[in-house]
Amino acid sequence: MIKRRVVPWIGFLAIFLLLPLEGLALSENETHELPEEEDFQPGEFIMKHIGDAYEWHILTYKDFHLSVPLPVVLYSKYSGFHVFMSSRFNHGHDSYKGFLISHEEPHEGKLVEVLNDGTVVKPLDLSITKNVLAVFISVILLLWLFIAVARKYERTRGKAPTGFQNMIETVILFIRDDVARPSIGERHYERFMPYLLTLFFFILANNLMGLIPIFPFGANVTGNIAVTGILAFFTLMFTILSGNRYYWKEIFNAPGVPWWLKIPIPMMPVIEILGMLTKPLVLMVRLFANITAGHIIALGFFSLIFIFGNMNPSMGWAVSPLTVVFTIFMGALEILVAFIQAYVFTLLSALYFGMATAEHH
Amino acid sequence: MLSFILLQAAGAALAKMGAAFGAGISAFAAGLGIGRIGASAMEAIARQPEAVGDIRSSMIVVAALIEGVAFFAVVVCLLILFIK
Repeated sequence: MIKRRVVPWIGFLAIFLLLPLEGLALSENETHELPEEEDFQPGEFIMKHIGDAYEWHILTYKDFHLSVPLPVVLYSKYSGFHVFMSSRFNHGHDSYKGFLISHEEPHEGKLVEVLNDGTVVKPLDLSITKNVLAVFISVILLLWLFIAVARKYERTRGKAPTGFQNMIETVILFIRDDVARPSIGERHYERFMPYLLTLFFFILANNLMGLIPIFPFGANVTGNIAVTGILAFFTLMFTILSGNRYYWKEIFNAPGVPWWLKIPIPMMPVIEILGMLTKPLVLMVRLFANITAGHIIALGFFSLIFIFGNMNPSMGWAVSPLTVVFTIFMGALEILVAFIQAYVFTLLSALYFGMATAEHH
Repeated sequence: MLSFILLQAAGAALAKMGAAFGAGISAFAAGLGIGRIGASAMEAIARQPEAVGDIRSSMIVVAALIEGVAFFAVVVCLLILFIK
Protein backbone atom coordinates (compact mmCIF):
# COMPACT_ATOMS: atom_id res chain seq x y z
CA MET A 1 0.00 0.00 0.00
CA ILE A 2 2.68 2.46 0.99
CA LYS A 3 4.87 1.41 -1.92
CA ARG A 4 2.19 2.33 -4.46
CA ARG A 5 1.90 5.86 -3.14
CA VAL A 6 5.66 6.39 -2.84
CA VAL A 7 6.64 5.24 -6.33
CA PRO A 8 5.27 8.28 -8.21
CA TRP A 9 7.09 10.57 -5.78
CA ILE A 10 10.36 8.70 -6.31
CA GLY A 11 9.94 9.05 -10.05
CA PHE A 12 9.33 12.76 -9.67
CA LEU A 13 12.36 13.23 -7.43
CA ALA A 14 14.47 11.14 -9.79
CA ILE A 15 13.85 13.68 -12.53
CA PHE A 16 15.17 16.35 -10.22
CA LEU A 17 18.21 14.33 -9.26
CA LEU A 18 19.10 13.51 -12.86
CA LEU A 19 18.76 17.03 -14.20
CA PRO A 20 21.82 18.42 -12.35
CA LEU A 21 23.90 16.45 -14.82
CA GLU A 22 23.08 19.13 -17.33
CA GLY A 23 24.14 21.76 -14.81
CA LEU A 24 27.48 20.01 -14.40
CA ALA A 25 28.02 20.13 -18.16
CA LEU A 26 27.43 23.86 -18.18
CA SER A 27 29.60 24.64 -15.21
CA GLU A 28 32.56 22.92 -16.85
CA ASN A 29 32.63 25.57 -19.57
CA GLU A 30 31.48 28.68 -17.76
CA THR A 31 30.31 29.54 -14.32
CA HIS A 32 28.49 32.67 -15.44
CA GLU A 33 25.19 32.89 -17.29
CA LEU A 34 25.13 31.86 -20.94
CA PRO A 35 26.08 34.91 -23.01
CA GLU A 36 23.25 34.55 -25.57
CA GLU A 37 20.43 34.59 -23.03
CA GLU A 38 19.41 37.66 -21.10
CA ASP A 39 19.92 37.86 -17.40
CA PHE A 40 16.88 36.78 -15.42
CA GLN A 41 14.93 39.81 -14.23
CA PRO A 42 12.80 38.77 -11.25
CA GLY A 43 10.88 42.06 -11.05
CA GLU A 44 9.86 41.93 -14.70
CA PHE A 45 9.06 38.19 -14.45
CA ILE A 46 6.75 38.73 -11.50
CA MET A 47 5.02 41.79 -12.97
CA LYS A 48 4.42 39.97 -16.25
CA HIS A 49 2.72 37.11 -14.44
CA ILE A 50 0.41 39.14 -12.22
CA GLY A 51 -0.51 41.72 -14.84
CA ASP A 52 -2.89 41.77 -17.75
CA ALA A 53 -1.72 41.14 -21.31
CA TYR A 54 -2.94 41.21 -24.89
CA GLU A 55 -1.96 37.60 -25.48
CA TRP A 56 -2.06 34.55 -23.23
CA HIS A 57 1.56 33.45 -22.93
CA ILE A 58 1.89 29.75 -22.22
CA LEU A 59 5.57 28.95 -22.45
CA THR A 60 8.88 30.08 -23.94
CA TYR A 61 11.64 27.61 -24.64
CA LYS A 62 14.82 29.34 -25.89
CA ASP A 63 13.49 30.75 -29.16
CA PHE A 64 10.15 28.99 -29.24
CA HIS A 65 7.21 31.02 -27.92
CA LEU A 66 3.84 29.41 -27.37
CA SER A 67 1.08 31.87 -26.65
CA VAL A 68 -2.59 32.25 -27.47
CA PRO A 69 -3.30 35.50 -29.33
CA LEU A 70 -6.39 37.35 -28.19
CA PRO A 71 -8.69 39.72 -30.07
CA VAL A 72 -7.94 43.42 -29.86
CA VAL A 73 -11.10 45.51 -30.08
CA LEU A 74 -10.63 49.23 -30.08
CA TYR A 75 -12.27 52.46 -31.13
CA SER A 76 -10.04 55.28 -32.25
CA LYS A 77 -11.26 58.85 -32.65
CA TYR A 78 -9.15 59.16 -35.80
CA SER A 79 -9.65 55.89 -37.62
CA GLY A 80 -12.79 54.32 -36.20
CA PHE A 81 -13.53 50.85 -34.98
CA HIS A 82 -10.90 48.10 -35.31
CA VAL A 83 -10.95 44.41 -34.50
CA PHE A 84 -7.87 42.27 -35.05
CA MET A 85 -5.88 39.53 -33.38
CA SER A 86 -3.02 40.55 -31.13
CA SER A 87 -0.68 38.25 -33.05
CA ARG A 88 -0.22 41.20 -35.42
CA PHE A 89 1.81 42.82 -32.65
CA ASN A 90 4.29 39.93 -32.71
CA HIS A 91 4.68 39.87 -28.92
CA GLY A 92 4.84 43.63 -28.68
CA HIS A 93 7.53 44.21 -31.30
CA ASP A 94 5.57 45.28 -34.38
CA SER A 95 2.95 47.90 -35.00
CA TYR A 96 -0.23 47.46 -36.98
CA LYS A 97 -2.15 50.28 -38.67
CA GLY A 98 -0.59 52.78 -36.32
CA PHE A 99 -1.41 50.84 -33.16
CA LEU A 100 1.28 49.34 -31.01
CA ILE A 101 1.98 48.26 -27.45
CA SER A 102 3.95 51.05 -25.90
CA HIS A 103 7.23 50.37 -24.13
CA GLU A 104 7.75 53.92 -22.92
CA GLU A 105 6.83 55.59 -19.73
CA PRO A 106 3.34 57.05 -19.58
CA HIS A 107 1.55 54.13 -21.24
CA GLU A 108 3.95 51.27 -20.67
CA GLY A 109 2.45 47.94 -21.64
CA LYS A 110 -0.75 49.50 -22.95
CA LEU A 111 -2.15 49.86 -26.42
CA VAL A 112 -1.51 53.26 -27.99
CA GLU A 113 -2.04 54.82 -31.35
CA VAL A 114 0.75 56.71 -33.08
CA LEU A 115 -0.67 59.37 -35.39
CA ASN A 116 0.97 60.57 -38.59
CA ASP A 117 2.67 63.47 -36.88
CA GLY A 118 4.10 61.26 -34.14
CA THR A 119 1.82 62.12 -31.25
CA VAL A 120 0.83 59.22 -29.08
CA VAL A 121 -2.82 58.91 -28.03
CA LYS A 122 -4.74 56.20 -26.24
CA PRO A 123 -7.75 54.83 -28.13
CA LEU A 124 -10.83 53.44 -26.39
CA ASP A 125 -9.63 49.95 -25.62
CA LEU A 126 -12.29 47.24 -25.37
CA SER A 127 -9.99 44.31 -26.11
CA ILE A 128 -10.52 40.80 -24.90
CA THR A 129 -7.38 40.67 -22.80
CA LYS A 130 -6.13 37.79 -20.67
CA ASN A 131 -8.14 38.83 -17.62
CA VAL A 132 -11.32 39.37 -19.66
CA LEU A 133 -10.99 35.93 -21.20
CA ALA A 134 -10.32 34.45 -17.75
CA VAL A 135 -13.50 36.05 -16.42
CA PHE A 136 -15.43 34.54 -19.33
CA ILE A 137 -13.91 31.13 -18.63
CA SER A 138 -14.78 31.30 -14.94
CA VAL A 139 -18.31 32.50 -15.74
CA ILE A 140 -18.83 29.61 -18.15
CA LEU A 141 -17.49 27.17 -15.56
CA LEU A 142 -19.74 28.54 -12.82
CA LEU A 143 -22.82 28.59 -15.06
CA TRP A 144 -22.17 25.03 -16.16
CA LEU A 145 -21.75 23.79 -12.59
CA PHE A 146 -24.70 25.59 -11.12
CA ILE A 147 -27.16 24.97 -13.92
CA ALA A 148 -26.32 21.28 -13.65
CA VAL A 149 -26.93 21.39 -9.89
CA ALA A 150 -30.20 23.28 -10.34
CA ARG A 151 -31.43 20.75 -12.89
CA LYS A 152 -30.47 17.95 -10.51
CA TYR A 153 -32.58 19.60 -7.83
CA GLU A 154 -35.57 19.68 -10.16
CA ARG A 155 -35.14 16.07 -11.11
CA THR A 156 -34.76 14.76 -7.56
CA ARG A 157 -37.38 16.95 -5.95
CA GLY A 158 -38.15 15.81 -2.46
CA LYS A 159 -35.27 13.34 -2.28
CA ALA A 160 -32.01 13.64 -0.40
CA PRO A 161 -29.14 15.43 -2.19
CA THR A 162 -26.29 13.35 -3.57
CA GLY A 163 -22.87 13.92 -5.09
CA PHE A 164 -21.78 17.38 -6.17
CA GLN A 165 -25.22 18.75 -5.29
CA ASN A 166 -24.51 17.72 -1.71
CA MET A 167 -21.33 19.77 -1.51
CA ILE A 168 -22.89 22.84 -3.11
CA GLU A 169 -25.89 22.59 -0.80
CA THR A 170 -23.59 22.60 2.22
CA VAL A 171 -21.91 25.79 1.06
CA ILE A 172 -25.18 27.49 0.11
CA LEU A 173 -26.68 26.64 3.50
CA PHE A 174 -23.52 27.93 5.17
CA ILE A 175 -23.89 31.28 3.38
CA ARG A 176 -27.58 31.42 4.21
CA ASP A 177 -27.42 30.39 7.87
CA ASP A 178 -24.05 31.72 8.99
CA VAL A 179 -23.57 34.77 6.80
CA ALA A 180 -26.88 36.16 5.52
CA ARG A 181 -29.34 35.39 8.29
CA PRO A 182 -27.28 36.65 11.26
CA SER A 183 -26.12 39.77 9.39
CA ILE A 184 -29.27 40.84 7.59
CA GLY A 185 -32.04 39.47 9.75
CA GLU A 186 -34.95 37.17 9.04
CA ARG A 187 -37.19 39.63 7.21
CA HIS A 188 -34.89 40.78 4.42
CA TYR A 189 -32.16 38.19 3.95
CA GLU A 190 -33.81 36.37 1.06
CA ARG A 191 -33.64 39.42 -1.20
CA PHE A 192 -29.86 39.47 -1.00
CA MET A 193 -29.16 35.74 -1.17
CA PRO A 194 -28.71 35.56 -4.98
CA TYR A 195 -26.15 38.38 -4.97
CA LEU A 196 -24.28 37.03 -1.94
CA LEU A 197 -24.08 33.55 -3.40
CA THR A 198 -22.93 34.85 -6.78
CA LEU A 199 -20.32 37.03 -5.10
CA PHE A 200 -18.97 34.21 -2.97
CA PHE A 201 -18.69 31.66 -5.74
CA PHE A 202 -17.33 34.12 -8.28
CA ILE A 203 -14.58 35.31 -5.95
CA LEU A 204 -13.79 31.78 -4.80
CA ALA A 205 -13.68 30.35 -8.31
CA ASN A 206 -11.44 33.14 -9.61
CA ASN A 207 -9.14 32.99 -6.57
CA LEU A 208 -8.67 29.25 -7.00
CA MET A 209 -8.31 29.45 -10.77
CA GLY A 210 -5.52 31.98 -10.36
CA LEU A 211 -3.51 29.36 -8.49
CA ILE A 212 -3.53 26.73 -11.24
CA PRO A 213 -0.69 27.51 -13.64
CA ILE A 214 -1.96 25.50 -16.64
CA PHE A 215 -3.50 27.15 -19.69
CA PRO A 216 -7.13 28.11 -19.32
CA PHE A 217 -6.56 28.90 -15.64
CA GLY A 218 -3.74 30.85 -14.10
CA ALA A 219 -4.79 34.43 -14.88
CA ASN A 220 -4.70 36.82 -11.97
CA VAL A 221 -8.33 37.98 -12.13
CA THR A 222 -9.15 38.88 -8.53
CA GLY A 223 -5.73 40.46 -8.27
CA ASN A 224 -6.81 43.02 -10.83
CA ILE A 225 -7.99 46.10 -9.02
CA ALA A 226 -10.56 46.86 -11.71
CA VAL A 227 -12.33 43.53 -11.10
CA THR A 228 -12.39 43.90 -7.31
CA GLY A 229 -13.39 47.53 -7.78
CA ILE A 230 -16.45 46.52 -9.77
CA LEU A 231 -17.44 43.90 -7.17
CA ALA A 232 -17.14 46.50 -4.42
CA PHE A 233 -19.11 48.93 -6.60
CA PHE A 234 -21.95 46.41 -6.89
CA THR A 235 -21.99 46.04 -3.12
CA LEU A 236 -22.12 49.82 -2.78
CA MET A 237 -24.96 50.06 -5.30
CA PHE A 238 -27.05 47.42 -3.57
CA THR A 239 -26.43 49.08 -0.21
CA ILE A 240 -27.56 52.44 -1.53
CA LEU A 241 -30.55 51.04 -3.41
CA SER A 242 -31.82 49.08 -0.42
CA GLY A 243 -31.18 51.67 2.27
CA ASN A 244 -34.29 52.46 4.25
CA ARG A 245 -35.35 55.66 5.99
CA TYR A 246 -33.40 54.93 9.17
CA TYR A 247 -30.20 54.27 7.24
CA TRP A 248 -30.29 57.61 5.46
CA LYS A 249 -31.37 59.35 8.65
CA GLU A 250 -28.28 58.04 10.38
CA ILE A 251 -26.08 59.34 7.60
CA PHE A 252 -27.54 62.78 7.00
CA ASN A 253 -29.01 63.52 10.38
CA ALA A 254 -27.05 61.37 12.80
CA PRO A 255 -28.86 61.08 16.14
CA GLY A 256 -27.03 62.31 19.20
CA VAL A 257 -24.77 64.70 17.28
CA PRO A 258 -25.00 68.46 18.12
CA TRP A 259 -26.83 70.61 15.52
CA TRP A 260 -23.91 72.94 14.88
CA LEU A 261 -21.95 70.07 13.28
CA LYS A 262 -24.69 69.69 10.69
CA ILE A 263 -26.33 73.00 9.84
CA PRO A 264 -24.03 75.80 8.60
CA ILE A 265 -21.30 73.48 7.37
CA PRO A 266 -22.54 69.86 7.10
CA MET A 267 -19.43 68.27 8.58
CA MET A 268 -21.16 65.26 10.07
CA PRO A 269 -23.04 64.26 6.89
CA VAL A 270 -19.83 64.58 4.85
CA ILE A 271 -17.95 62.41 7.31
CA GLU A 272 -20.74 59.85 7.29
CA ILE A 273 -20.86 59.79 3.48
CA LEU A 274 -17.10 59.34 3.35
CA GLY A 275 -17.51 56.44 5.80
CA MET A 276 -20.15 54.92 3.53
CA LEU A 277 -17.79 55.18 0.55
CA THR A 278 -14.66 53.92 2.25
CA LYS A 279 -16.26 50.64 3.28
CA PRO A 280 -16.51 49.24 -0.29
CA LEU A 281 -13.12 50.82 -1.07
CA VAL A 282 -11.57 48.80 1.73
CA LEU A 283 -13.30 45.66 0.40
CA MET A 284 -11.71 46.32 -2.97
CA VAL A 285 -8.20 46.87 -1.65
CA ARG A 286 -8.36 43.95 0.79
CA LEU A 287 -9.20 41.38 -1.87
CA PHE A 288 -6.81 42.86 -4.44
CA ALA A 289 -3.87 43.11 -2.06
CA ASN A 290 -4.33 39.67 -0.48
CA ILE A 291 -4.50 37.81 -3.77
CA THR A 292 -1.76 39.81 -5.52
CA ALA A 293 0.55 39.56 -2.53
CA GLY A 294 0.07 35.79 -2.45
CA HIS A 295 0.98 35.51 -6.12
CA ILE A 296 3.99 37.80 -5.75
CA ILE A 297 5.32 35.76 -2.84
CA ALA A 298 4.86 32.44 -4.64
CA LEU A 299 6.47 33.83 -7.82
CA GLY A 300 9.26 35.37 -5.76
CA PHE A 301 10.10 32.05 -4.13
CA PHE A 302 10.00 30.38 -7.51
CA SER A 303 12.31 32.94 -9.12
CA LEU A 304 14.88 32.35 -6.37
CA ILE A 305 15.85 29.29 -8.38
CA PHE A 306 16.64 31.42 -11.41
CA ILE A 307 18.37 34.14 -9.42
CA PHE A 308 20.70 31.56 -7.93
CA GLY A 309 20.96 29.92 -11.35
CA ASN A 310 22.26 33.18 -12.80
CA MET A 311 25.19 33.11 -10.44
CA ASN A 312 26.03 29.48 -11.08
CA PRO A 313 23.83 26.89 -12.82
CA SER A 314 24.50 24.09 -10.37
CA MET A 315 23.63 26.40 -7.46
CA GLY A 316 20.30 26.90 -9.19
CA TRP A 317 19.69 23.17 -9.21
CA ALA A 318 20.85 22.84 -5.62
CA VAL A 319 18.47 25.42 -4.25
CA SER A 320 15.48 24.17 -6.26
CA PRO A 321 14.12 21.38 -3.98
CA LEU A 322 14.00 23.80 -1.05
CA THR A 323 12.25 26.50 -3.04
CA VAL A 324 9.80 23.96 -4.43
CA VAL A 325 8.91 23.02 -0.86
CA PHE A 326 8.50 26.70 0.06
CA THR A 327 6.36 27.31 -3.01
CA ILE A 328 4.12 24.36 -2.16
CA PHE A 329 3.73 25.73 1.35
CA MET A 330 2.87 29.17 -0.01
CA GLY A 331 0.42 27.54 -2.42
CA ALA A 332 -1.38 25.82 0.44
CA LEU A 333 -1.52 29.11 2.33
CA GLU A 334 -2.89 30.81 -0.77
CA ILE A 335 -5.69 28.25 -1.05
CA LEU A 336 -6.63 29.06 2.53
CA VAL A 337 -6.47 32.78 1.75
CA ALA A 338 -8.68 32.22 -1.33
CA PHE A 339 -11.45 30.75 0.82
CA ILE A 340 -11.04 33.26 3.62
CA GLN A 341 -11.08 36.29 1.32
CA ALA A 342 -14.20 35.08 -0.51
CA TYR A 343 -15.88 34.52 2.86
CA VAL A 344 -14.82 37.90 4.29
CA PHE A 345 -15.95 39.82 1.19
CA THR A 346 -19.35 38.11 1.31
CA LEU A 347 -19.69 38.52 5.07
CA LEU A 348 -18.88 42.23 4.98
CA SER A 349 -21.26 42.79 2.06
CA ALA A 350 -23.98 41.02 4.06
CA LEU A 351 -23.18 43.21 7.08
CA TYR A 352 -23.50 46.36 4.99
CA PHE A 353 -26.84 45.17 3.60
CA GLY A 354 -27.94 44.42 7.14
CA MET A 355 -27.03 47.91 8.27
CA ALA A 356 -28.90 49.38 5.30
CA THR A 357 -32.10 47.47 5.99
CA ALA A 358 -32.00 47.54 9.79
CA GLU A 359 -35.35 48.24 11.40
CA HIS A 360 -35.73 50.90 14.02
CA HIS A 361 -36.08 49.46 17.53
CA MET B 1 21.20 74.00 6.12
CA LEU B 2 23.68 72.05 4.02
CA SER B 3 22.22 68.77 5.20
CA PHE B 4 18.77 69.96 4.11
CA ILE B 5 20.08 70.62 0.58
CA LEU B 6 21.69 67.21 0.54
CA LEU B 7 18.40 65.67 1.65
CA GLN B 8 16.58 67.35 -1.21
CA ALA B 9 19.08 65.93 -3.68
CA ALA B 10 18.55 62.45 -2.30
CA GLY B 11 14.79 62.72 -2.90
CA ALA B 12 14.10 59.55 -4.83
CA ALA B 13 16.31 57.41 -2.65
CA LEU B 14 14.63 58.78 0.47
CA ALA B 15 11.26 57.86 -0.99
CA LYS B 16 12.40 54.29 -1.44
CA MET B 17 13.74 54.13 2.07
CA GLY B 18 10.47 55.55 3.38
CA ALA B 19 8.50 52.94 1.46
CA ALA B 20 10.65 50.15 2.85
CA PHE B 21 10.26 51.45 6.40
CA GLY B 22 6.52 51.82 5.94
CA ALA B 23 6.08 48.25 4.77
CA GLY B 24 8.26 46.96 7.60
CA ILE B 25 6.42 48.89 10.28
CA SER B 26 3.02 47.81 8.98
CA ALA B 27 4.13 44.17 8.89
CA PHE B 28 5.37 44.49 12.47
CA ALA B 29 2.14 46.12 13.62
CA ALA B 30 -0.07 43.59 11.84
CA GLY B 31 1.90 40.73 13.34
CA LEU B 32 1.49 42.23 16.79
CA GLY B 33 -2.24 42.80 16.39
CA ILE B 34 -3.03 39.38 14.95
CA GLY B 35 -0.85 37.76 17.58
CA ARG B 36 -3.02 39.35 20.25
CA ILE B 37 -6.16 38.04 18.55
CA GLY B 38 -4.67 34.56 18.48
CA ALA B 39 -3.69 34.78 22.13
CA SER B 40 -7.12 35.85 23.34
CA ALA B 41 -8.79 33.28 21.08
CA MET B 42 -6.72 30.52 22.66
CA GLU B 43 -7.55 31.74 26.14
CA ALA B 44 -11.23 31.79 25.27
CA ILE B 45 -11.07 28.27 23.86
CA ALA B 46 -9.28 27.08 26.98
CA ARG B 47 -11.98 28.61 29.10
CA GLN B 48 -14.89 27.17 27.14
CA PRO B 49 -13.88 24.34 24.80
CA GLU B 50 -17.37 23.77 23.44
CA ALA B 51 -17.41 27.25 21.81
CA VAL B 52 -14.35 26.45 19.71
CA GLY B 53 -16.25 26.67 16.36
CA ASP B 54 -17.59 30.17 16.98
CA ILE B 55 -14.31 31.40 18.38
CA ARG B 56 -12.32 30.00 15.49
CA SER B 57 -14.48 31.64 12.82
CA SER B 58 -14.53 34.97 14.66
CA MET B 59 -10.78 34.86 14.99
CA ILE B 60 -10.31 34.25 11.26
CA VAL B 61 -12.69 37.05 10.32
CA VAL B 62 -11.03 39.60 12.59
CA ALA B 63 -7.58 38.54 11.41
CA ALA B 64 -8.68 39.06 7.79
CA LEU B 65 -9.97 42.55 8.62
CA ILE B 66 -6.72 43.57 10.28
CA GLU B 67 -4.72 42.10 7.43
CA GLY B 68 -6.76 44.36 5.15
CA VAL B 69 -5.45 47.42 6.97
CA ALA B 70 -1.89 46.14 6.79
CA PHE B 71 -2.30 45.61 3.07
CA PHE B 72 -3.49 49.18 2.69
CA ALA B 73 -0.11 50.29 4.03
CA VAL B 74 1.70 47.91 1.68
CA VAL B 75 -0.26 49.23 -1.29
CA VAL B 76 0.66 52.81 -0.36
CA CYS B 77 4.33 51.81 -0.17
CA LEU B 78 4.10 50.13 -3.57
CA LEU B 79 2.51 53.26 -4.99
CA ILE B 80 5.47 55.26 -3.69
CA LEU B 81 7.84 52.94 -5.49
CA PHE B 82 6.08 52.68 -8.80
CA ILE B 83 4.39 56.03 -9.39
CA LYS B 84 6.65 58.95 -10.22
